[in-house]
Amino acid sequence: MTHFTLHYFIGILPLLLDGMVVTVELTAASLAGGLLLGIILAVLRISRFRPVAIAAAFYVNLLRSLPLLLLIFWFYFLVPLLVGRPVGGMTSALIGFILFEGAYFCEIVRAGLQSVRRGQVLAGLASGLTYPQTMRRIILPQALRNMLPVLLTEAINLFKSTALVYVVGVRDFLTAASIIGTRDNNLVPLYLLAAVVYFVLCLTASLSVGRLRRSYAL
Amino acid sequence: MRYSWNWSVLTTPPYFGWILSGLMWTVLIALAGWVIAFSLGSVLGIARTVRSRAVRTVAAAYVELFRNIPLLVQMFLWYFVLPEVLPKAAGDWLKRGLPHAEFWTAVVCLGLYTAVRIGEQVRAGIQSIAAGQASAGLATGLTQVQVYRHVLLPNAYRIILPALTTEFLSIFKNSSLALTIGVLELTGRTRQISEYTMQPIEMFLTATILYGAVTLTVAAGMWLVEGRTRFPGMLTSEAS
Repeated sequence: MTHFTLHYFIGILPLLLDGMVVTVELTAASLAGGLLLGIILAVLRISRFRPVAIAAAFYVNLLRSLPLLLLIFWFYFLVPLLVGRPVGGMTSALIGFILFEGAYFCEIVRAGLQSVRRGQVLAGLASGLTYPQTMRRIILPQALRNMLPVLLTEAINLFKSTALVYVVGVRDFLTAASIIGTRDNNLVPLYLLAAVVYFVLCLTASLSVGRLRRSYAL
Repeated sequence: MRYSWNWSVLTTPPYFGWILSGLMWTVLIALAGWVIAFSLGSVLGIARTVRSRAVRTVAAAYVELFRNIPLLVQMFLWYFVLPEVLPKAAGDWLKRGLPHAEFWTAVVCLGLYTAVRIGEQVRAGIQSIAAGQASAGLATGLTQVQVYRHVLLPNAYRIILPALTTEFLSIFKNSSLALTIGVLELTGRTRQISEYTMQPIEMFLTATILYGAVTLTVAAGMWLVEGRTRFPGMLTSEAS
């Protein structure tokens, strides 16, 4: 077994950093895509037009009943079939994450929207704004503020979930650690290192969210 | 899209049996993990509400530790790291002696992880009960333990029942991570069959329907139970 010396650590650092860049990219892209999809779904879900609301609810409940891993496999096999050529694990994982997180963000956004008092919608409509304008200019800004802490917590969960791309061979941080560990017969220190890095990052982030929650409530 | 459908793989031996055994392992992991998660989670939840600062701190440290490491990393720590850092005899037993080592590793990992989430629910449930109830219990001569046993916990469990349902469904879904350490549960099995037969869509549709069916059954069953155990006149969050 290779010993875990400072020299060794400096040697593997570039590979680990590359992995962390992939993890952060995947998190950021899934977050942006998932949030956008979630907002659209949430607006559809509270739509007065029943078929639309039911279809959105069906999508959300279906995706929330499936394991993320199954979804990652789904898109890993399905996307190349649909586009007719191999697209690589990263693209299919990203699609899976966006569709999956969209369902979770939908529920957060919906709770946020419903936390804004009904009178605000009526006031917006009464002042001559259309329904979309009322949503965009009156309701969403208030709702987003109410749900910010929950959104940030979900973003941390997403950051942790991205480790699952290990199963389709995307070289994120965990996969990089695993590859190096296998190559150098050094799995134990590398998995421990990965755990420490994730722990420090997530703990720092969740403590900050906790502080924000206390200082920021409307 | 060029894809040749072939639903007959579902009924072809041995695949049909494999899917059933996959479903069985998924359910077994979820149930066994739930036993650990529920027991330890209740202890954690209680520990976070007691008066002793030391106990509260230990419980809080456990929660932060297990909450801030990705579940997949925890799975690898239990499976690849633990046997190496234990004394040699114990490590060898974990690697070679223990029957179904992957299964038990997954159960322990999921149980200890989910315990944190259940602990937070139990704590929230206890804290949502008016402080007067605990005082009233003490005033009638109950001990602190009896107050928890007869007053706080029965009420807390009734209040958090919907959240516990969600947590059970989440350990059920998370059991799919066991495939990374070699348990052929439902997701792992359907992926394996889809590689053997080149029929991924049929296989993943089957898995999707099975996961959906179990989720629906559990949710419907618990919905009935919740209706019977809900406190009359109390606001409950409508589960979508």
